[in-house]
Amino acid sequence: MLNDQGRPTRPEGAAPAEGTPAATPWTFTGNRALRVEEPLIFEIGRAETTGVDLPAPDGLAPRLGRLARKAAPDLPGLTEPEAMRHYVRLSRSNYSIDTGLYPLGSCTMKHNPRLNEKMARLPGFSDVHPLQPVSTVPGALDVIADLGGWLCRLTGMDAVAMSPKAGAHGELCGMMAIKAAIRARGETRNVVLVPESAHGTNPATAALIGMTVRDVPARADGTVDVEAVKALLGPDVAAIMLTNPNTCGIFEPEVAAIAEAVHAAGAYFYADGANFNAIVGKVRPGDLGVDAMHINLHKTFSTPHGGGGPGAGPVVLSSRLAPFAPLPFIRLDAGRPVLVETEAGTAPGETPFGRMTAFHGQMGMFTRALAYMLSHGTDGLRQASEDAVLAANYVRAGLADLMTLPFPDHPSMHEVLFDDGFLKETGITTLDFAKAMIDEGYHPMTMYFPLVVHGAMLIEPTESESKASLDLFVATLRDLVLSAKRGETERFTQAPRFAPRRRLDETRAARSPKLRWEKPKPWTAAEAAE
Amino acid sequence: MRYHPLTATDRAEMLARIGVPAIDALFADVPADKLLTDLIDLPRMRGELEVERLMGRMAAKNVPASSVPFFVGAGAYKHHVPATVDHLIQRSEFLTSYTPYQPEITQGTLQYLFEFQTQVAELTGMEVANASMYDGSTATGEAVLMAHRLTRRNKAVVSGGLHPQYRAVVETLSDMAEDRVQALPPDPLGTEDILAAIDRDTSCVVVQSPSFYGHLIDLAPIAEKAHACGALLIAVFTEVVSLGLIEPPGRQGADIVVGEGQSIGNALGFGGPYVGLMATRQKFLRQMPGRLCGETVDAENRRGFVLTLSTREQHIRRDKATSNICTNSGLCCLAFTIHMTLLGSAGLERLARLNHEAAIKLADALGRVPGVQVLNDGFFNEFTLRVPGDAAAVIERLAERGILGGLAVSRLEPGRGLDDLIVVAATEVNTDEDRAAYAEALAAVI
Ligand SMILES: Cc1ncc(COP(=O)(O)O)c(C=O)c1O
Repeated sequence: MLNDQGRPTRPEGAAPAEGTPAATPWTFTGNRALRVEEPLIFEIGRAETTGVDLPAPDGLAPRLGRLARKAAPDLPGLTEPEAMRHYVRLSRSNYSIDTGLYPLGSCTMKHNPRLNEKMARLPGFSDVHPLQPVSTVPGALDVIADLGGWLCRLTGMDAVAMSPKAGAHGELCGMMAIKAAIRARGETRNVVLVPESAHGTNPATAALIGMTVRDVPARADGTVDVEAVKALLGPDVAAIMLTNPNTCGIFEPEVAAIAEAVHAAGAYFYADGANFNAIVGKVRPGDLGVDAMHINLHKTFSTPHGGGGPGAGPVVLSSRLAPFAPLPFIRLDAGRPVLVETEAGTAPGETPFGRMTAFHGQMGMFTRALAYMLSHGTDGLRQASEDAVLAANYVRAGLADLMTLPFPDHPSMHEVLFDDGFLKETGITTLDFAKAMIDEGYHPMTMYFPLVVHGAMLIEPTESESKASLDLFVATLRDLVLSAKRGETERFTQAPRFAPRRRLDETRAARSPKLRWEKPKPWTAAEAAE
Repeated sequence: MRYHPLTATDRAEMLARIGVPAIDALFADVPADKLLTDLIDLPRMRGELEVERLMGRMAAKNVPASSVPFFVGAGAYKHHVPATVDHLIQRSEFLTSYTPYQPEITQGTLQYLFEFQTQVAELTGMEVANASMYDGSTATGEAVLMAHRLTRRNKAVVSGGLHPQYRAVVETLSDMAEDRVQALPPDPLGTEDILAAIDRDTSCVVVQSPSFYGHLIDLAPIAEKAHACGALLIAVFTEVVSLGLIEPPGRQGADIVVGEGQSIGNALGFGGPYVGLMATRQKFLRQMPGRLCGETVDAENRRGFVLTLSTREQHIRRDKATSNICTNSGLCCLAFTIHMTLLGSAGLERLARLNHEAAIKLADALGRVPGVQVLNDGFFNEFTLRVPGDAAAVIERLAERGILGGLAVSRLEPGRGLDDLIVVAATEVNTDEDRAAYAEALAAVI
């Protein structure tokens, strides 16, 4: 049994087991210099230890009735130095944008400016309560109103619902507004058209509000055919959910005609704005006939992804959907922001469909995104989009002769999609190729998404990379491709070899899920005797 | 611009390598009449100093909780967070990492998620917890949908003690999904008879304890009646510190426990980002929404962690998924788990006791103000006051005197005859001086 408890791998003084390869010399601890194995807090903490010095309670008689806790929870504590070391060590087994290029297509791993962190932590933003008197938070309302104003201007849309908590929540918000608008017309429409290339959140969102998904097939060139959409439209269709630029990294050339056809059929155009970062300042979704679009502030406007969240997903709305925007919202009264939190506060023409979340949305992300916008300005934001598109096309130009481009007929936008055609006959999969990138010090690209090509590899370098960084990335991928073609299979199938962990057994994790730490069972006498 | 490494020369060289004359050639698929030629009419680029000035001015217009005697709760709580927490969550490797899709190089995130899940399960008295939802309100909405899937029924019975905005989230989701909600009237006295509302059509009963009005609700009889009718009990909390002192919902028979984790590790932040906690029983696992982190081994048999059971999730199951959630509250989980690890059982219990005592002292001080009545016998750190006249005006007059004295219930429940109620929270940050100042000001303004 190898070291899985953060303890020495072998008894004191014992020699390494026979057959240990000389190339991987053993260490007593199982550590490798700066790479240190870190146990779980449950293995190092103690229930009586605390890293927070609190005053002793006065010993007043509790007023908990019969509901006082009968047994304390079993939660180990760590003192401050122990906690510091635990989490800093954990951090060191993570890849991050700050340590390297992170070309996850669709996810937009761009630089996260630290000014934004500083601004979000101003006490006037971070230390205000969502329900303290509105008269004590005019600056917070200013932030929401200003950010909303920027989003409307940049998208050319009429209104914005700020409260959704992430992209998927924004999708839900936009689709709810569409459902409300359809109801207000006295109709029921229950079908949503979703291209096959769409992100999984799109069909999942449609299903959440009881709609049925009808797939729109992709054309051979990776785009949506307006004729295919027309063929699927009918009186039962509520909306199309279209990502633009799409998840193949292509701007949908027929988007305006699609919007027109959708509107002519009495349906709405929901745009998945996850890829808005490609087109800020270049083209406005409002000019393309969009009715609702979420914006992932954690992608386009650079709020940090934080290992999986939080995000923020404001939804811009056309004039047709604006009346249905959910509570809460901000109305400008002679330029002064007024917070509307309940039905009772609505004015004529405001018919919110309900509420997405408690409070007012992801304020901590709003302040960061606003700092990002104020820093960039309209010129910087356009430059960011242009540089992102330039970088993706540069990577594409550097790899197109060696890797396979399923859709060569369109320029790429901010991301370039390859398939696994170039790996044919090598015995190497997209997964293997990705894992070999890890050994080269790169986070892999998005793999196996979108679903419309075989073994997808979706590369989004973003505007944050220098030319030298892009050149090294391209050179590395070229070397990997040539190596694969030369039959150096082990470099891929054995990868990663240099990461904190080799490949993890995901089947085992799913077959008998172990989702929390359990106290090890005490050793039996028989085991001890072994 | 400081964030853009490419120089004009780089750009020219790159365009040449791509083989196009100008950047707009790459935007050839954009309809020509829609491609913008001019800059959008918004301000230009600014340096750090200017941005700091602009944002600083907006921030300065707000009254931070720490700057005044502060007693607002109702779903978000002012607690002291150790300095270590905010330092650690700003480590580049945590802050600027994505969802751990490549487990070999994201064990840091995965291990803290595993630790987080264990802590949440232990605190709530449940068997398994997920790796977070957006916040307590959306977690409640998701729990209702989960119960509908498990029971194959579609009616939720919602207690009048549930936070009104949580109720609104459940009602909105249910309305849009064409499910049913039977919401009991607001229950400021904590005396509703929810048992009578549970029947054989009921999918789930949603009960908050401590309730929005601060009452501690005995969940066991509700669980019993729900189970007898084939329904599930969803227990909700908005103040996670309460679990340091009161019996966890899991040990009172709850089937799904959801709540807000903001109090531990996370700032007030005007309402977000927060962290939704969700825990359930092992047997309900496959209908649980959200990410799950599980233990496994790597190719060298070393312990490691991965995201698992993703066949429940949107990226695999698309329209058959348990939820559409993708991005969750990762970094807020980290703040939560670091703070909880610093506390440990001993620290959490003490923190909870300090909160409870702060509330006892406050309730006694305010209850002595002539004309003011405390509606609760039992409570944790939050209770309801009845004041003579309009509570909203009282809150406003208190604010003018520099005291943020709680939430007028009518702000969230207008037109329901609750205009004389204030929900008040006390935490460890309040001092004797704060409480005395509040009592004095309250006496003066009513
Ligand atoms: C194309 C697309 N749509 C929607 C989403 C969902 O956004 P979020 O993760 O913020 O919920 C994503 C991101 O993961 C995406 O890439």
